[in-house]
Amino acid sequence: MKFLSDRALERLRDAADLPDLSGTHYRLLERIARGGMGVVYTAEDERLQRRVALKVLDLPGTEGDLANRLIREARVLARLEHPGIVPVHDVGTLADGRVFYTMKFVEGHRLDRHIESVASTPDRLRIFLRICDAVAFAHARDVIHRDLKPANIMVGPFGEVLVMDWGLAKILREEVSRSARETDPEATIFEKPKQSANANDTTEDSVRTGHGTVMGTPGYMSPEQARGDVENLDARSDVFSLGALLRFLLTGPPEQMLPAPRPRLDKSLEAICVKATAISPSERYANVSELALDVSRYLDGLAVGAHRETVFEKATRFYRRYRFFILLIAAYLFMRIILLLLSRR
Amino acid sequence: MNKVLLGVLLGAILGVFDGLTSLFTPDPQIRAGIVGIIIGSTGKGLVAGLLCGLFARKVKSMAGGIALGLFLGFLFALFVALGVHNYYVRIIIPGSIVGLIVGYATQKYGATPASTTAAH
Repeated sequence: MKFLSDRALERLRDAADLPDLSGTHYRLLERIARGGMGVVYTAEDERLQRRVALKVLDLPGTEGDLANRLIREARVLARLEHPGIVPVHDVGTLADGRVFYTMKFVEGHRLDRHIESVASTPDRLRIFLRICDAVAFAHARDVIHRDLKPANIMVGPFGEVLVMDWGLAKILREEVSRSARETDPEATIFEKPKQSANANDTTEDSVRTGHGTVMGTPGYMSPEQARGDVENLDARSDVFSLGALLRFLLTGPPEQMLPAPRPRLDKSLEAICVKATAISPSERYANVSELALDVSRYLDGLAVGAHRETVFEKATRFYRRYRFFILLIAAYLFMRIILLLLSRR
Repeated sequence: MNKVLLGVLLGAILGVFDGLTSLFTPDPQIRAGIVGIIIGSTGKGLVAGLLCGLFARKVKSMAGGIALGLFLGFLFALFVALGVHNYYVRIIIPGSIVGLIVGYATQKYGATPASTTAAH
């Protein structure tokens, strides 16, 4: 009797997991990632002859929380038509009974990898502003993301920034209109995360429930979300995540920063991060636009709302903003003095 | 502040200052004619600022703005120097630099009015 090796077994398991795309107009190309609810593949849309990303649920069946959530995720994406949000193309059920949806295939890098090639702070802040733009748009459509983190942001080859993985998104008005919590599939998502014995286990990876459903990421998840306080989650929960994301862009990943001292941030940027990640939602920016406005003001060399400047700081900022102009005037005055001194000889 | 107004104000202020520096020259003849010098110098800066501001409103080019400012400053200062037949260096160099500063400032700062052209 011959035993199969672990590798062969793994291959067999992968082959068995492959979605059955017969009856659809998609042709499977390759597996690219595993998400909270299922697997993401690249596929070719044979009708339109283009590559798409195909997200397939792990388990068959169109009923149940996971299937509902995948369909809901597709619907959330469908209502968010924005250049910074990956567009959904199709949703349906495969021959093997698994729910799937297709979306734009984004070529590029995850933000946490892309950022290594972006050295300047202004460039990093400009990327952040594009993320804010997409999230603010979603908020305007009453959708909050709830799992904003570097791994869920893609940066394309032309610098386009796309917010991905809306599997945890919450539709605010929909939630309010529901009378009973038990009718809300979201209610099953929020279970208090168990504390891991190993701190590294929970620093970056999304916390999952027993069903394998993503519920947030420690370090990026707001305190109210970590408490499972679903009722009180609003746009300010995403503001917290954006604040953590901003800190990541400026100082690196949270877990890497723990053993070493954090690099010193400019006081205004530090104040923006602190305000965005305040424990109490009422102390944070009221919405993403306010946060983005403060970051824009910083980029433009203006005072930010989160930080009250001293006179010296004001003068320094003024000098930085008009440095070349001030130097030109100084050069003119210097030249004038030299000419005067020469004329007195 | 729009670019034209910025150019005019900056040109005028630097022009006044440029004229006032004549007070420190040892030549009593120059000091006696200080009012005329200040008026001429202010007018020179004002016109250079106006032209640089108008240029900046139409053309977004830092090099172009600086070159135009330098050229206008030089040209107006040359006219003045030719008028007094003296102090070529002391008039032309500061005048050109004032033009350069105004040309730079109008390109870098100041608001451009929004385009009112309708899309067809």
